[in-house]
Amino acid sequence: MLTEEEKHEIEEEFKLYPYKSAAAIEALKVVQKHRRWVSDESIKDIAQLLGITPDELDSVATFYNLIYRKPVGRNVIHICNSVSCWVMGYESVLKHLIDHLGITYGQTSSDGRFTLLPVQCLGTCDHAPALMINGDLYRDLTPDIINSILEKYQ
Amino acid sequence: MDDKPLTKYIRTDQVPMDIKEYEHSGGYEALRKILKTMQPKDVMDAVKDSGLRGRGGAGFPTGMKWSFVPMGDNAPHPKYLVANGDEMEPGTFKDRLLLESAPHQLIEGMIISAYAIQADIAYVFIRGEYTLAAKIIQASLAEAYQAGYLGKNILGSGFSLEMYVHTSIGRYMCGEETGLLNALEGKRANPRAKPPFPQSSGLFGKPTIVNNIETLSNIPHIMNNGGEWFKKLSLTGEGGTKLYGASGKVKKPGLWELPLGVTLRELLEEHAGGMKDGFKLKGLLPGGASTDFLTEEHLDVNMDFTNVGKAGSRLGTGTIIVMDDKTCPVGFVHNLEAFFAQESCGWCTPCREGLPWVQRILNAIEEGNGEMRDLDILSYHTKYLGPGNTFCALAPGAMEPLQSGLKYFREDFERHIKEKRCPWRS
Ligand SMILES: Cc1cc2nc3c(=O)[nH]c(=O)nc-3n(C[C@H](O)[C@H](O)[C@H](O)COP(=O)(O)O)c2cc1C
Ligand code: SF4
Repeated sequence: MLTEEEKHEIEEEFKLYPYKSAAAIEALKVVQKHRRWVSDESIKDIAQLLGITPDELDSVATFYNLIYRKPVGRNVIHICNSVSCWVMGYESVLKHLIDHLGITYGQTSSDGRFTLLPVQCLGTCDHAPALMINGDLYRDLTPDIINSILEKYQ
Repeated sequence: MDDKPLTKYIRTDQVPMDIKEYEHSGGYEALRKILKTMQPKDVMDAVKDSGLRGRGGAGFPTGMKWSFVPMGDNAPHPKYLVANGDEMEPGTFKDRLLLESAPHQLIEGMIISAYAIQADIAYVFIRGEYTLAAKIIQASLAEAYQAGYLGKNILGSGFSLEMYVHTSIGRYMCGEETGLLNALEGKRANPRAKPPFPQSSGLFGKPTIVNNIETLSNIPHIMNNGGEWFKKLSLTGEGGTKLYGASGKVKKPGLWELPLGVTLRELLEEHAGGMKDGFKLKGLLPGGASTDFLTEEHLDVNMDFTNVGKAGSRLGTGTIIVMDDKTCPVGFVHNLEAFFAQESCGWCTPCREGLPWVQRILNAIEEGNGEMRDLDILSYHTKYLGPGNTFCALAPGAMEPLQSGLKYFREDFERHIKEKRCPWRS
């Protein structure tokens, strides 16, 4: 069930659109903000509020890279795997993350602290390689500075 | 007069000016002027005269695009203006700077543009990963409302405009004009059939203009200084300056505002400082992932729409991606095609099926499992995923680095196949 707060925030979004279903993306964002991911149950609940079928909403939810349809850890690492980061050696940073956290793409560490995901070009190519944790951007990366960055996220 | 208008309001620390500082530096004067002295048509004509072409990649003349919007008392309303800040083209990092460091310039440009087409509602569409940009634009919008530049009856002119931020949730197709409109309507970002064009039937079926962030950021300056001034800013007459960038193994990767039409050589050797010691130039993409490779022989090409076109590529976003001699061209193209295959929206068959096939072949070649006939299959794809065979421009864009990669680096592809390994990997 959606909380009153979630419902209220979604209904606020309705005001900006000519019809409710147009707020589908905003609604998914609201729920993910509160719960970190969007479950099947949430899909049903949101769809009902928007007046569309759960399948319709899921076709939207699964289309986009930043909506999580599986549980994620407390912190989500998005490492850029696009061309400039590739040229500048992001693979060594990735390898360090995989070795250090013991997880690969799409996995969450057993303590629930980190989920590791690839992301398309972060638009900071003159400072490649780059990654993002919970929306915070880190650039000019080398494997040796990764641990001190991870420390900030518990 | 300013020869670097786009970055004129950007401080060296890149912290954005608040509205007071922006006004003190001459900001919102263009808006005040046009609301007092110009009709929408005058604004449209001034933009036409300037020769401004879209900075989102395709280079469509901005004034002409606007002129397709129905005007007058019988025009459908609400009309919409959308600033395209999706910027997901790999290797592109120019709109980020304008969003994060010159927010009021964009907002002023959008209000003037909205006035020209008599739009009622405007959106700043920002990709989800640009969290700082969204925060800054949000705060600047609040300031602009407070100052009376947005909302009802702006500065007593009778013109009203609401402006919102939409933060996206990640998909390259959100940057494609009609995919973006579907995303704004809460749908999958599949493209739409054209016609009808968005100018007559766009967001929620109403007339809509989508312009790139950099395009719109030019508008206040054109209003202040005129079309002739704008044309003279460029070296080759196409009008204006351009945010050019360079990434890869160059000495000084970065972003610079330069006259439109600087040579590739000046960009690479002067501004980017040349190649890093120990690295040689092998090739480069002049304007993002979906542009054809250029090589050393093209260094004297002027980086404008016409001349890069003549050289067999596209200006695209103007941010070059440099490939050095220690980087494997097959691996480079494989990385690009993996991106395109993932970001294909799946709407049409050639792209949905073709791109993963291309990706797998490139992977096989890179791994030493390629065969000579794979090169023919790749060439075949560059034709059948090319312009006119797919629903939108994603697939043809994806084929540009592949077809030119096969042309310029054919020997390297063949070496992988003959030696059954990647010669760049030890
Ligand atoms: C797959 C794809 C992605 C695109 N992404 C962007 C983008 O992120 N930003 C942008 O301004 N234009 C992008 N474009 C181009 C837009 O479709 C459109 O031409 C542009 O926003 C129009 O603005 P302009 O006329 O000011 O250049 C993309 C096009 C395609 C085919
Ligand atoms: S070309 Fe690709 S991205 Fe464009 S509509 Fe077809 S499947 Fe979608």
